[in-house]
Amino acid sequence: MYNVKEVVANKPSRFTSGHRMCAGCGAPVVARMVLRAVHPEDHVVVSNATGCMEVSTCIYPYSAWTDSYIHTAFECASATESGVEAAYKSLKKQGKLPEGENTKFIVFGGDGGTYDIGIQSLSGAMERGHDLTYVCYDNGAYMNTGIQRSSATPRFADTTTSPAGKVIPGKMQSRKDLTEIMVAHHIPYVAQTAAYLTLQDLYEKSEKAIYTKGAKFLNVLAPCPRGWGYPTEDLMEINKLAVETCYWPLYEVENGIYHINYKPANKKPVTEFLKTQKRFRHIFKPGNEWMLDEFQKEVDKRWNELLAKEEMTNK
Amino acid sequence: MSIRERLSGNEATAYAMKQINPDVVAAFPITPSTEIPQYFSTYVANGEVDTEFVAVEGEHSAMAACIGAEAAGARAMTATSANGLEYMWEMIQIASSSRLPIVMALVDRAISGPLNIHSDHSDAMAVRDSGWIMLFSENNQEAYDNMLMAHRIGENKDVMLPVMCCQDGFITSHAIENIMLEETEDVKKFVGTYKPEHYLLNKNEPIAIGPMDLQPYLTEHKKQQAVAMENAKKVILDVANDFEKMTGRKYGFFEEYKMDDAEYVIVCMNSTAGTVKETVDILREKGIKAGLLKIRVFRPFPGKEIAEALSNAKAVAILDKVPLLSATGGPLFEDIVSNMFVNNINIPTINYTYGVGGRDVTVKQIESVYSDLQNLQDMSNPYRYLGLKEGK
Repeated sequence: MYNVKEVVANKPSRFTSGHRMCAGCGAPVVARMVLRAVHPEDHVVVSNATGCMEVSTCIYPYSAWTDSYIHTAFECASATESGVEAAYKSLKKQGKLPEGENTKFIVFGGDGGTYDIGIQSLSGAMERGHDLTYVCYDNGAYMNTGIQRSSATPRFADTTTSPAGKVIPGKMQSRKDLTEIMVAHHIPYVAQTAAYLTLQDLYEKSEKAIYTKGAKFLNVLAPCPRGWGYPTEDLMEINKLAVETCYWPLYEVENGIYHINYKPANKKPVTEFLKTQKRFRHIFKPGNEWMLDEFQKEVDKRWNELLAKEEMTNK
Repeated sequence: MSIRERLSGNEATAYAMKQINPDVVAAFPITPSTEIPQYFSTYVANGEVDTEFVAVEGEHSAMAACIGAEAAGARAMTATSANGLEYMWEMIQIASSSRLPIVMALVDRAISGPLNIHSDHSDAMAVRDSGWIMLFSENNQEAYDNMLMAHRIGENKDVMLPVMCCQDGFITSHAIENIMLEETEDVKKFVGTYKPEHYLLNKNEPIAIGPMDLQPYLTEHKKQQAVAMENAKKVILDVANDFEKMTGRKYGFFEEYKMDDAEYVIVCMNSTAGTVKETVDILREKGIKAGLLKIRVFRPFPGKEIAEALSNAKAVAILDKVPLLSATGGPLFEDIVSNMFVNNINIPTINYTYGVGGRDVTVKQIESVYSDLQNLQDMSNPYRYLGLKEGK
């Protein structure tokens, strides 16, 4: 039985303090919990795409990672890890690595390095079936370079390259559904999760992903106080609202079978989530009610599609 | 005991890779280097090598995967050409700055645009200051031999740099010529096994590769890289020495063909050297003291040695097989004349752009270069073309 206190007490953090991520950032919470799911006796090689997490956790001569770590460039963390994993396979096969030692391969990338510039490298690694877990910490914009829109940015959000102006009210396009694109790769395990409540969902999915053979993908919501505009102490509340409004459903797809991990008895209106963030401030102004309607419609549409997929794949 | 065979440059390269038996090969097809990963995947499919072949979705990922594999503690190799190398460009620098002795077969081809699939050196020259050791090959034999020497050079503790072995697309890569191959056992003994000091898969010593490296350290790290490149010079000669002991084939920084008393000298790289040698022989019969200096090691650039080798010439022509777009000399010309200058060697030296996009170069054209060298009066334009269609 999962107990967050026990997990934190018994499983030392493999991602240590001293890193320079912002207070109230969702990403380090994700990295720490994902790595806690690794069995203590196992070694990890982390591959990290260029981004907030990379520039704040490995500044020469310091590293916040207690496992082996490699960063090469923005768009190819998956290809880099493909090479590491291929080397492991080859050296293992040739008896060049110690017997009985297990190494796990985990990639961390933001939505920029995953949904956009890194999607080719990600898709290639997933299709080739490398035994690795890709973890996207999705904060919905290029936060490292100063909050530019990405294909993960939700519609109407105010970013520095989709500013809410007098004529154009923020980003005009809907968010790309990367989790579903990964499902379409027919890999053994795809999950969408968040640091929700006790972090049980995140922990259990991480463990399942890391200890399932083959290519796995986790899409994890990672709010950004600078980009989203919320007080740092509200991080966990924002995660909670994202899940409970069904803006960010918690679900997993195991060998093609959908399972929604949390279905709120009373689905909250998405405005509950939106109103906590300055990036959506403009859509609450009088005359912009249509934006709230459109946003809610999109959330409902995607949620209903997900329910239908669950039903269809469990028949 | 060497074995006589007939192979194309691509076949010879793939065969060298098979004998080396690297841990990982990651590659993506591109003309004219495609055959190398093709032949190699056959070796993998038939269980003739221990290699994991990663059939990546593009060249950027090919180099990224090679970096990951080499950093993990494996020997990683790849092959590419032209746009493939350009697509890797970002990762080329990351490979060398991470001090990973990856070995690449580069089958030289014109870079786009416009699209052209034939041989020139614009691909290699576009990465010439990327921190890779660059070896050039006149023919299939040299392509094979350079490949066998590459790991020994790159993996040397004083070097730890990636190595690029270049050969001309189609002219060398696809033409079948006689070749002497070495016994696989001898190759394995010569190349040795790779024992990296620090690597990602060492559980007992977790490491971080590719950190953010800001103002306090970057200059010193780049200096270390520069020192490694300088160190490579001695290692290249040492390895060539050992190689000669095994095969009887002698290699240095460059090959001097009839240079002892040469008055008129052409400097070039790769397959054109064959045409120049033929021309030198013809001219020598006519009593003209022609010579050739064929560069094998382009990075690290043996500038002082080249300048000295040219010091007794009356006139020198440097042939650059790349489009000249800089409004100054080609890359080989610029490197050589600057080294002549700093070594106080003042000889009339001219530059030819030739063979762009695979345009054929003939004995007749090379003769015209030697003829130009014998009649050098007007040095107002040292930048010339060979085989350019003039007129409208």
